[in-house]
Amino acid sequence: MSDSKISSSAASENTVSGASIMLQEVTKTYPGQKKSAVGGLTLEIPAGSIVMFVGPSGCGKTTTLKMINRLIEPTSGQIVINGEDVTTMNGDELRRRIGYVIQAGGLFPHMTVASNIAMVPKMLGWDKAKINARVDELLELVSLDPELYRDRFPKELSGGQQQRVGVARALAADPPVLLMDEPFGAVDPITRQRLQDELLNIQSEVQKTIVCVTHDFDEAVKLGDWIAIFNEGAQLEQYDSPERILANPASEFVENFIGSGAGLKQLTLTRVNEVDLVDAITTTPGKRASDVLSQLQGSGRKIAVVLDSRGRPLRRMDRRQLSRAEIIEGTYDPDLPVVGEQATLNDALDTMLVASAEYALVTGRRDVFTGIITVQTVMEAIAAANSSMDDHHEAPVGLNSGAINVVDIESEPAESGGEPA
Amino acid sequence: MSKETKGLIYQLVAIAAAFAALVIWLVTADLTDTERQTLDPGTIWKYTQEHLQITLVSAVIVLLIAIPLGILLTRPSLRKAAPAVRAVANFGQAAPAIGVIVLLAFWLGFGPKTAVVSLVIYAILPVLSNTIVGLQQVDERLVEAGRGIGMSQMAVLFKVELPLAVPVMLSGIRTALVLLVGTATLATFINGGGLGILITTGVNLNLNVVLIAGSLMVALLALTVDWIGRLVEQLARPKGLS
Ligand SMILES: Nc1ncnc2c1ncn2[C@@H]1O[C@H](COP(=O)(O)OP(=O)(O)O)[C@@H](O)[C@H]1O
Ligand SMILES: [Mg+2]
Repeated sequence: MSDSKISSSAASENTVSGASIMLQEVTKTYPGQKKSAVGGLTLEIPAGSIVMFVGPSGCGKTTTLKMINRLIEPTSGQIVINGEDVTTMNGDELRRRIGYVIQAGGLFPHMTVASNIAMVPKMLGWDKAKINARVDELLELVSLDPELYRDRFPKELSGGQQQRVGVARALAADPPVLLMDEPFGAVDPITRQRLQDELLNIQSEVQKTIVCVTHDFDEAVKLGDWIAIFNEGAQLEQYDSPERILANPASEFVENFIGSGAGLKQLTLTRVNEVDLVDAITTTPGKRASDVLSQLQGSGRKIAVVLDSRGRPLRRMDRRQLSRAEIIEGTYDPDLPVVGEQATLNDALDTMLVASAEYALVTGRRDVFTGIITVQTVMEAIAAANSSMDDHHEAPVGLNSGAINVVDIESEPAESGGEPA
Repeated sequence: MSKETKGLIYQLVAIAAAFAALVIWLVTADLTDTERQTLDPGTIWKYTQEHLQITLVSAVIVLLIAIPLGILLTRPSLRKAAPAVRAVANFGQAAPAIGVIVLLAFWLGFGPKTAVVSLVIYAILPVLSNTIVGLQQVDERLVEAGRGIGMSQMAVLFKVELPLAVPVMLSGIRTALVLLVGTATLATFINGGGLGILITTGVNLNLNVVLIAGSLMVALLALTVDWIGRLVEQLARPKGLS
């Protein structure tokens, strides 16, 4: 299947390189079990979008995800990727063209970062020079300095860095589809938020089709273009955009599942890049502190942001620090309050609270500094927001066929469909 | 220098010192003619070579049987058979070695070949168990990650599972080798050759010097094999594992 439709075209910026995925009446019944883990699921996953699977533990999210790359073979039904039925093709070859990320990255501990990332390109027979160049490119993409990290072993990385390498490995052969199973479940909340921001930044560059399982509804709202909410047996309760699910939960189940998240929906729905950022006085290491101080005083700002040679924030300096220093130092402050521009206002507030700051530095692609968001900006955004709904979009198809052995399906057949209102 | 490296150096020094002491003792001791004949360096070297030969041939056969068997018994389809096979291997080791050797000799005939067969039966367990345990302790999520990125089952086995099982497997192999060196002493009872003859001669003819020299030679050989095993374990440990 070397030239099949599911290998992606070269990913140039901002073109969709993802493939559409269609599950057609897919059922999985594990041997020896009466109930199907996934019952007659039909689900359309549009090319280039992020679809989040959420639902209670054991409802069949992982099973559904793993049927897409056939790590689990469906009992019946078809999987169609970019119009091609992949249900019967060679599973190993299929999987080499679908990125796969699991919790904590699943890196091979006895291989270096570079060897881990090179696994798929090697299997595909790329030559050495091309592989090395690709490894470095991917490390850059996930914000890890290739010089520093290429030859490290996984245990020499933090949890968040391992997860990034996991994403890099999945993207190595530029697959059109990326499957992720609770990718950020094993890291602390602040790291998770950064990884989420980064994933969104990466996605804005690569435009893959991403299917991601999570148990965290806020994560689904933040990352998802579409959210599929499942009940037991992978019964679709609702499949729609985050906005519409929050505004119109299709059932009591969905309402309960959303829970307290709904109260803060404006915070979770609005992203940092949708509000007006404040420009900042920026400088670079080695500059004279007194020059920066006078610039700062001239502008009436409180802090200056020190950037590295690639425009990534290193530290902030207030007037007092500037008046004490002679030359701007280039040390990195790990406690710097930083959010990605795709982060939600909720994330931004969290970051400010953790750092006890009334502002956070905003970074865009490849961690480049883009501006400052303040508490006031966030508050104004909430106040100004009116939940103006965009009702004109078409939600993708998602439903379960009735012929499945899940007990409570007959009592409420109307609820089993996930079609938008 | 790591603790393991230090341990290796101490062990080597101890082996060398003990060997030197043995040689000095034999050279300076007041030996009878029979003792001197039996302990002729050329003869001892011949017995040592025989001993090592039986040990190595048995070890190679053990590896050829136990490692593939261990791999098969950790594959999903055969996983259920692992406890039963392990019980059988356990039986081979639990039975007294001398009994196994003599009984087999009556069945298969006396000589080195039978000695090798019984040694193999005796030493399969540690290699088999450690292959199984070594493969079982590989994180299942790594296997899944490998399959998930498109590695075939074979590729996952050779590039992920086996490399990660190497430390545990090597320690089982070392145990088996040490067992084999010691147990090969019994080969002499069925005309299998080896250093055991010094011990039986010493006992039969009441030559204590020969008995002690023979026992010490076997012990030193076992310690040397153990040392080589530890060295290999150090060198073959996959990088990146703590
Ligand atoms: N390999 C398996 N063998 C048998 N049953 C399984 C297997 N994997 C999952 N299941 C069952 O299928 C159901 C769905 O599991 P899963 O897809 O892992 O749920 P989720 O990812 O939503 O937590 C559960 O009831 C689980 O016990
Ligand atoms: Mg799961």
